[in-house]
Amino acid sequence: MSYLKPLFSHPKLPKNKLGYTLKEYEGSLSTLCAGCGHDSISAAIARACFELSIEPHLVAKISGIGCSSKTPTYFLGNSHGFNSVHGRMPSVATGANMANRDLVYFGVSGDGDSASIGMGQFVHVIRRNLNMVYVVMNNGCYGLTKGQDSATADQGSKNKSGSINPFQAIDLASMAIELGASFVAQSFSGDKQQLIPLLKAAIKHPGFAFLNVISPCVTFNNNPGSTKSYDYVREHIEATSARDLVPGKEEINVSYDAGKSTHVELHDGSEIQLNKLALDWDPEDRNSAVNALQKARAKEEILTGLLYVNTDWKDLHRTLNTTKTPLNQLKENTLCPGVKTLGQINEGFR
Amino acid sequence: MNPRINDFIVRFANVNGTGSASANYLFAKTVFRMGVPVTPKNIFPSNIQGLPTWYEVRVSERGYLGRREGIDLMVSVNPQSMAKDVLNVKAGGYFIYDSTKKLNPDYLREDIHYLGIPMMEMANGAFEDPRKRQLLKNIIYVGALARLLAMDEAVVRTLIEEQFHGKKSLVEANYKALDLGMDYVEKHYSYPLDFRLEKRDLLKGKILVDGNTACGLGAVYGGATVMAWYPITPSTSVAEAFEGFCKQYRKGEGGENNYAIVQAEDELAAMGMVIGANWNGARGFTATSGPGVSLMSEFLGLAYFAEVPAVLIDVQRAGPSTGMPTRTQQSDLLAAAFASHGDTKHVLLFPATPKECFEMTAESFDLAEQLQTPVILLTDLDLGMNDHVSDPFYWDVKRKYKRGKVLTAEELEGIGKFGRYLDSDGDGIPYRTYPGTHPTKGSFFTRGTSKDEYAAYTEDGAAYKRNMDRLTRKWDTAKGMVPAAEVNLSSQSGAVGMLYFGTSTFSSEEAKDLLEGDGVAVDSIRIKAFPFGKEVVDFVESHEKLFVIEQNRDAQMRKMLIMELDCPPKKLVPVLNYDGMPITADSIRQQIIQSLDPKKTSNHELSKTAV
Ligand SMILES: Cc1ncc(C[n+]2csc(CCOP(=O)(O)OP(=O)(O)O)c2C)c(N)n1
Ligand code: SF4
Ligand SMILES: [Mg+2]
Repeated sequence: MSYLKPLFSHPKLPKNKLGYTLKEYEGSLSTLCAGCGHDSISAAIARACFELSIEPHLVAKISGIGCSSKTPTYFLGNSHGFNSVHGRMPSVATGANMANRDLVYFGVSGDGDSASIGMGQFVHVIRRNLNMVYVVMNNGCYGLTKGQDSATADQGSKNKSGSINPFQAIDLASMAIELGASFVAQSFSGDKQQLIPLLKAAIKHPGFAFLNVISPCVTFNNNPGSTKSYDYVREHIEATSARDLVPGKEEINVSYDAGKSTHVELHDGSEIQLNKLALDWDPEDRNSAVNALQKARAKEEILTGLLYVNTDWKDLHRTLNTTKTPLNQLKENTLCPGVKTLGQINEGFR
Repeated sequence: MNPRINDFIVRFANVNGTGSASANYLFAKTVFRMGVPVTPKNIFPSNIQGLPTWYEVRVSERGYLGRREGIDLMVSVNPQSMAKDVLNVKAGGYFIYDSTKKLNPDYLREDIHYLGIPMMEMANGAFEDPRKRQLLKNIIYVGALARLLAMDEAVVRTLIEEQFHGKKSLVEANYKALDLGMDYVEKHYSYPLDFRLEKRDLLKGKILVDGNTACGLGAVYGGATVMAWYPITPSTSVAEAFEGFCKQYRKGEGGENNYAIVQAEDELAAMGMVIGANWNGARGFTATSGPGVSLMSEFLGLAYFAEVPAVLIDVQRAGPSTGMPTRTQQSDLLAAAFASHGDTKHVLLFPATPKECFEMTAESFDLAEQLQTPVILLTDLDLGMNDHVSDPFYWDVKRKYKRGKVLTAEELEGIGKFGRYLDSDGDGIPYRTYPGTHPTKGSFFTRGTSKDEYAAYTEDGAAYKRNMDRLTRKWDTAKGMVPAAEVNLSSQSGAVGMLYFGTSTFSSEEAKDLLEGDGVAVDSIRIKAFPFGKEVVDFVESHEKLFVIEQNRDAQMRKMLIMELDCPPKKLVPVLNYDGMPITADSIRQQIIQSLDPKKTSNHELSKTAV
């Protein structure tokens, strides 16, 4: 069961530009296990939307099947959501996006949902550069079916039943870059500081924004020997970049170490503030991004931050040259060629 | 002997990929323009180049548009299939071949006539460009047919001009080839043959078009804006037609597209996109064939249970599996009607003509949105990929799209708590909202899991059952909304009936006439949709014996009737054809006579009964 949270707001809660408090960005009470990493990501999504003053009803949340895919019920209660079928969120999101280009699309998936059953759709939604935020809540296992290894489980990692995973892991972030995703970031559910700005940047990104978020499954994959447990991730994390998103037209109120930072400008004038740690790595260079990921992997580190971004590539609507008016708002007068034209068409078949 | 006018069959035997299609079409279209009913059928291989392909044209003054057996004239330009082609000619018929090479004596039959025409030799002599020679060789045989069958020469010439948009050099080359064929016949043979064409005015207002083109156009008129598809014969040309018409009629002033077409990575994705688009308030559709329907099943169940509209055009081909991918069948009925697991069933429509392909495609969007469920249009390769003489496409000036029960922001303001799955009207159809409608009201979660009336997840068995029962109510509502069956109670006795649908229609109607000639009067009903309406129930109940005519092995329509109407199986007699070729009137007649009186039909002669 999902429970509706009581709508009680403290008068002193801070409000955003729209006059909403964070409450307006929350959803039903979560039914996930206490401590599940997925809940932290849901909270971060709510926070990011709140901070960007996004109208909740202008967001569409679409997911596949899994514990992770349940989470859209737990954030943005005033948005429409669609919990579709296992592994097929990208296609539903594609159709929805084609119908109305004006909404913000949140696709939520799991590592089983994306890296196994849904791998084909994951690959192709990247290829089309659909304008959406694609979040994988990656716990290295199938939470909802009780803890089987997933395709992102690291080779040699131990699951709850004690067996060692003999197969190589699929590295979704490297793959996404390789496939030409125009925005690729990696983070950890326990790191709000990093996750919220990345989510904000992803929302602002005018194309496909992929976030691979390591999200420990406390019930089935938080044991010693697992490489997706809280302890393991905390010990092996290495942050690379993305300090904050600076919305256009707004005061910059965070200070940066000038010598180590770089900007990425987004379509609406916002900028992502990046902090370069590795000198040989440039977030607009696919090769160095892939290199950095490979090197971190060799050192058994998890590289987090904004790994790659490219704001020049056309999203699917631009590629298809669709009209600026959302297709779902076009009426008969635009859509139906009419009786006279039909007469001419008939004539052509005589 | 009096010549046989406007009643014969010509078959062209060609090699796939040699440009024969436009020459053969030229022949069929000439017959059409002469005002004579004509039915061309492509019989083609699953291959791009090299394998045999046939084009069969039935000419029927009486307007019978189904296929029939018995070839009167074979135009054989494919050495590969010649041995078989010779055998397929009816006794007394004609065999035209390219006499550039001597005919193999093995192919000689006593009972048919041979008309050798040195097509290759003439083409080589007249045209320089080797590629042109190949193409124009085909026009040479059209020229020969023009004389042999008394085709209207002026019509042929006009059609050639139209085809090349008056491009002088091409038109002249084609004329030259045409003349070569005509001259050769004039010099060497007596013409016209004892069966031939004669101008008529039987096709007033009619059009000649294939069903897939009609479906593509129907989707444009029906207001589809999102199309997702994955290539598969014989449905591909639906997507191509839709795109072609969109380019003509769906461009904004700045050249922007008022549509989006996505070639998906597979049929699963295509159906997912269609569902996403419809969920978001756009009319989306896809077209596929059997293998695609199998892949779409899980999604179809989601759309049924989550109540999202979707339109699927299934252009059926011969299954199972890859089956005979370029042959026709009506064999996806059960797969489509019950696609997906659990208690799932879908609305089906059965067009029989291009006009109905157009209308029913447009209507399927209304039905899908009004009923908030998938609607599957079951056409087939025969209807989809062959040209058919059809009534013209019709659109009512006053027609408005029926978008179903969708609440606007103002309406949401006016109601209390929004319940997505509440049956407020008692017809089983709830109200829905599009994403983005209202800042605080009307949002809900769409899911394939069980939910209560307010769209909240629940595992409460009573709530689940209430929802399933409401879906049954909706199904009952659908029975009164889908196109009604066409009933013909002309037999007086009312004892025996024929039931058919889709492309079995033409041959069934012809068989009905044949049976009348045999002294057997039958009533008939043409099914246009599933679920079956009251008129179907009444027809089945009131007849003692019903012949269910369909093109599959397992008598799938018959099974659906038994399941849905709970009628005694014994009274429904299957009349089937499943060899991949369209069913013929003669076969229907024979099966029915056999069943009514097994003694009567021991060994009847084809050519006599085939009108
Ligand atoms: C077609 C299909 N096959 C199998 C399942 C069963 N199933 C439900 S969730 C799931 C795995 C989910 O794993 P993941 O996407 O990683 O989500 P998590 O629960 O770990 O967040 C599976 C196999 C299903 N729902 N549908
Ligand atoms: S099983 Fe694991 S993934 Fe699922 S809710 Fe519990 S902790 Fe989260
Ligand atoms: Mg998982």
